[in-house]
Amino acid sequence: MNLITVSGPPSVGKTSVILKTIESLKNRGLKVGVVKFDCLYTDDDTLYEKAGIEVRKGLSGGLCPDHYFVSNIEEVVDWGIRNGFDLLVSESAGLCNRCSPYIKGINAVCVIDNLSGIGTPKKIGPMLKSADIVVITKGDIVSQAEREVFASRVHSVNPKAVILHVNGLTGQGSFELSTLLFSEKDHITSLKGKTLRFSMPAALCSYCLGETRIGESYQMGNVRKIDLGKEQ
Amino acid sequence: MIDQMTIGTLLEKYPFARTFLENNGVDPDTSMDQSLHDFFSAIDENTKEEMAIDPAHFISRLNEYISQMLSFLGETGSTVESLTILPGHYKTGEDERFSDLTIQKNEIISIVGPTGSGKSRLLGDIEWAARNDTPTGRTILINGQEPEKKWRYSSSEKLVAQLSQNMNFVMDLSVYEFLSLHAESRLITEKESVLERILDQANLLAGESFSQDTPITSLSGGQSRALMIADTAILSKSPIILIDEIENAGIDRKKALNLLVSEGKIVLMATHDPILALMGDRRIVIKNGGIETILETTDKEREILSQIEEMDRKIQSLRSRLRRGETLTGIE
Repeated sequence: MNLITVSGPPSVGKTSVILKTIESLKNRGLKVGVVKFDCLYTDDDTLYEKAGIEVRKGLSGGLCPDHYFVSNIEEVVDWGIRNGFDLLVSESAGLCNRCSPYIKGINAVCVIDNLSGIGTPKKIGPMLKSADIVVITKGDIVSQAEREVFASRVHSVNPKAVILHVNGLTGQGSFELSTLLFSEKDHITSLKGKTLRFSMPAALCSYCLGETRIGESYQMGNVRKIDLGKEQ
Repeated sequence: MIDQMTIGTLLEKYPFARTFLENNGVDPDTSMDQSLHDFFSAIDENTKEEMAIDPAHFISRLNEYISQMLSFLGETGSTVESLTILPGHYKTGEDERFSDLTIQKNEIISIVGPTGSGKSRLLGDIEWAARNDTPTGRTILINGQEPEKKWRYSSSEKLVAQLSQNMNFVMDLSVYEFLSLHAESRLITEKESVLERILDQANLLAGESFSQDTPITSLSGGQSRALMIADTAILSKSPIILIDEIENAGIDRKKALNLLVSEGKIVLMATHDPILALMGDRRIVIKNGGIETILETTDKEREILSQIEEMDRKIQSLRSRLRRGETLTGIE
């Protein structure tokens, strides 16, 4: 089975892109499954079900969504293998714009949209910088110039990635994306021994442990203070 | 090794690397005398963690960026003289019946057919430089030959630029700042003269003129389209332009098409508007996912075109008279 991790900020169109891309993969006779990781709520699983795609969802609830992702992905892969998928797609939102749930040796796709502003590529951390494929969406509603500028900004932070434009509504570009996603040589049988491409943000302060009160005396563990400058 | 020389030397050698450094969280101006190696050594593990910087990954991406930019700058400009489409098949699997279609530089081709008939797929085939490996089984040739790989995977060189009705400017910039940004992303050396030319051309296309200080988001529909077209014609590197309708308001569409072809572009135009459709030298008729036929615009049609252009002119003049607050007394 091949595994691909797809991530990107909320509402960029990850699910639409994946749905359209799976259509093309199905036409090649491949059996595809999806696991959707989200934070508090998602009904994207019903969209996949409607399209006849085997799907599981995982909600991290009170946990950091990306930490939740790493602690579950191994079991998810085993589930995919038991189901005989040729390809398993994991979809997750990079909520803090830093995280990348990318794994060394596993194809990583980052989805971002043209509407997010040209400063965005600079703001997104390893999620964008260490992706193998960057998919840019919503290109149908901005000008050609903005598309070109945005793509060049993405290129300047991740020159190694293949950059593709995909329209999640019409599916334009999704066939092209599908040709990059499956290869016999990328088969895996387990994630045992694999590592993340980049460390996740450190956590564990008193608020991670359920503290709700505000004030210095309640703050313990990993705490950092904002620099407000010197007062006159 | 690029991580051993000082950042100052690095930028002297590769001025464009500034963009990379800035976009990746390194402010070159405060560390000109330092090498990247020293720069990274000076920051502790914690800060690296916080900045989400992995020095080895950083250097390898910078190397890649520099080598791509050097080859980009070194290119003498591979011009696209012609585009050829070899037939594939309809959605039903039946073979397309045209033999082959070659479109020369400076030519305008319209594409007609009902919604969902396969216009976007045709565009997709061209954009992806299909090699009998897309759902339609078509093959695309550039200058009569199998296209280079870069047309598929390069981020700076795409075969097709698109102009569509739904497009808007979303950046909060003045016309000048906006065009500068685009020119800089293309590493244009004579920026000022290029920008001036774009603004002049855009103003020739737009009914109402605008200045370089106008914020792009406050341009009227016609002005926006005029600017998008002038910018795409002059500043976009893509040799093929796909137009998805051009609304008939506030812009001289004939001049717009002439501008695109005079800049050496191949123009493909999906439209249901008779004026635009007949402005093409030929038109592709699409049906059931396939190219049904290719029609030459006949002399009779050209005659009809000038008649409908006349009607159009009348409607436009009524429009502007109403706009000026006049009472209509007849159609000129």
